[in-house]
Amino acid sequence: MKLSGSQIFIRSLQEEEVDIIFGYPGGAVIDIYDELHKSNLRHILARHEQGAVHAADGYARASGKVGACIVTSGPGATNTVTGIANAYMDSIPVVVFTGQVPTALIGTDAFQEADITGITRPCTKHNFLVRRVSDLAETIRDAFHIARSGRPGPVLVDLPKDVMQAVIDYEPVPRPSSTDPAHKPDLTRLPDVLDLMSMAKRPVILLGGGVILGKASDELGEFARSVRIPVTSTLMGLGAFPGTDPLWLGMLGMHGTYFANMAISKCDVLIAIGVRFDDRVTSKIDTFAPNAKVIHIDIDPASIDKNVRTDISIISDCMPALQLINKLIKDKRFVAPEGRHDDWIKQISQWRSEGPLTYCHSSDVIKPQFVVEKLYEITQGNAIIATEVGQNQMWAAQFYKFDHPNTFLSSGGLGTMGYGFPAAIGAQLAFPDKLIVDIAGDGSIQMNIQELATAAQYKLPVKIVILNNGYLGMVRQWQELFYEKRYSHTDMTFQPDFVRLAEAYNAVGLRATRPEEVESVLKQGLSTPRTVIMDFHVARQEGVYPMVRPGDSIAEMDMGRREMIN
Amino acid sequence: MEKKAHIISLLVSNKPDVLARVSGILGGRGYNIDSLSVNTTMSTETSKIVLTTTGDQATITKIEKQLNKLVDVLQVSDLTEDDSVQNELALVRMKLTKENKPDILKAVETFKAGILIKEQVCCIIKLSGKPDEIESALAHLKPMGIEDTVRTGTIALKK
Repeated sequence: MKLSGSQIFIRSLQEEEVDIIFGYPGGAVIDIYDELHKSNLRHILARHEQGAVHAADGYARASGKVGACIVTSGPGATNTVTGIANAYMDSIPVVVFTGQVPTALIGTDAFQEADITGITRPCTKHNFLVRRVSDLAETIRDAFHIARSGRPGPVLVDLPKDVMQAVIDYEPVPRPSSTDPAHKPDLTRLPDVLDLMSMAKRPVILLGGGVILGKASDELGEFARSVRIPVTSTLMGLGAFPGTDPLWLGMLGMHGTYFANMAISKCDVLIAIGVRFDDRVTSKIDTFAPNAKVIHIDIDPASIDKNVRTDISIISDCMPALQLINKLIKDKRFVAPEGRHDDWIKQISQWRSEGPLTYCHSSDVIKPQFVVEKLYEITQGNAIIATEVGQNQMWAAQFYKFDHPNTFLSSGGLGTMGYGFPAAIGAQLAFPDKLIVDIAGDGSIQMNIQELATAAQYKLPVKIVILNNGYLGMVRQWQELFYEKRYSHTDMTFQPDFVRLAEAYNAVGLRATRPEEVESVLKQGLSTPRTVIMDFHVARQEGVYPMVRPGDSIAEMDMGRREMIN
Repeated sequence: MEKKAHIISLLVSNKPDVLARVSGILGGRGYNIDSLSVNTTMSTETSKIVLTTTGDQATITKIEKQLNKLVDVLQVSDLTEDDSVQNELALVRMKLTKENKPDILKAVETFKAGILIKEQVCCIIKLSGKPDEIESALAHLKPMGIEDTVRTGTIALKK
């Protein structure tokens, strides 16, 4: 069968069961777009290539499938770099296809030429430049396999224009075997884990994004409840364990709860699952879980002993490891300690009442935490929440209770402002009937605001909640605390009118400036089946607390009491 | 932990950008490459990269794990001095004068070096051996008038 590179491209995507691809056309990919036009593959036209990658990323996080994206060469390709780096830091499976100038022109500084494989080498799991059409089908298959296997991550495939125009006799590539022998888990030490747990008096489970990526939430829940061990999580792990469970401690780290950080600091056995011990989690590494024996279960051998020294490490996907642990527990291989950690759980309850997650309510001005609390109440926790980056992200993480995996989409590792809205678009396309809300700040929403046109074009009922304080709030908070209130360039003295901006994009714009308006604006906005921007004018100088100062131990938290007094 | 030199031997796919990926992993994470040597193996599909770097054992283990994550890296081995044979090559161009000629010829003999070309005013000497042997040979030759030198990276093979 004679097929062109572009036709093989479409066919390969269909074999990978891609049902939606985000992108932006251009000269180098015009042949591919011609075939897209003829195919039934759904293409979503973003308004900026960064938006296209974030949307593919949000689609992947919400659905658990691989996200796909296609852009043109040169600036189209370079515009994807932030999106790719974002997916890389959070281990999100995304395949990005970039157009490239014809092979004969590569290296000549041709029009719209960029060495995108060179540029993205440090921020992709792997990348390819396809030089021969005969390699194309296999390369695409490999790209998807690499993106989703092991520790997932973004893969870039660079497609020169002449390769996509070339015609060959095409034969379907055989499917790869489902399991990659390189990732066969080593579970031989799991019985030692149970022995250590049997001796523990003050154990804590720390889970991370790996539990969500490994689709192991149910297994984790079963494990934690059967052994009655309290659970905390990184930002990336939110939703993997129910936020309403009595064993739940909330997030740990720089803006973690007092009781989660205290529990980690005083625990004697730490069971870390699918985490990589980021500095925002551990803060000062020498004082992180100083008394604990550390058990670390992770798919990536490079994460083991990278930041925190482990006593027992298990290199495995979370699901098979937890399944075996649960089986061993059922087989009575685990002897529960006397009292089943009663004293420890009592101690944690005491910390919980000493330092609850709270804020100072106000009847004059809208508190941003209040908006998130109300949002949780009204949605009853049944929304998929995307966030931007900064204070809005931390308040979302603290005050919305996530009961299900894949419902919290947030840029954890890279901290990309402008991520949330396009990610919400991706999630909405994965789940047309679900409520998708982007919790945003007034600064970050403007970083990919152009995607309002995408939402309008495809009639996506994404909701945007702007916690509008007129500041780049997190940086302002640091300036307040560490730079003697010199607010250098964090005061956004000009703001667009977000309501009129929404209307210009055929969306609905709503505004609340008083606490008593919050509930009605949320109710109206959430029940409107269109794209909606809700602009909440919140307390301008509200801070995110608790806060661990950079370089301090996570046991030393600033609880923000000064604000309580104000 | 004690810092020392390590020889890392990598079997990699023979592709144009593999060296960039390997050096990128080290450079991007702040590890220095002290020496480097690359060539194809008996199979045209694979190449061998031998690099030396300095660090404590924990750091070297981190480097190895990161290298192992590269799709095109097929095998990573940390070769110690004891379980491998190492060698490197140096070429040295020296000024020839009546005065230094006997000393140079004697040094060539002492260090089991070879003379590749010998002209009226200069010669090029080939030295091979362990890195420290090359160091001491160069130190010995230096006062006799070295014009230029070039050294390959260390290569090493497991015993």
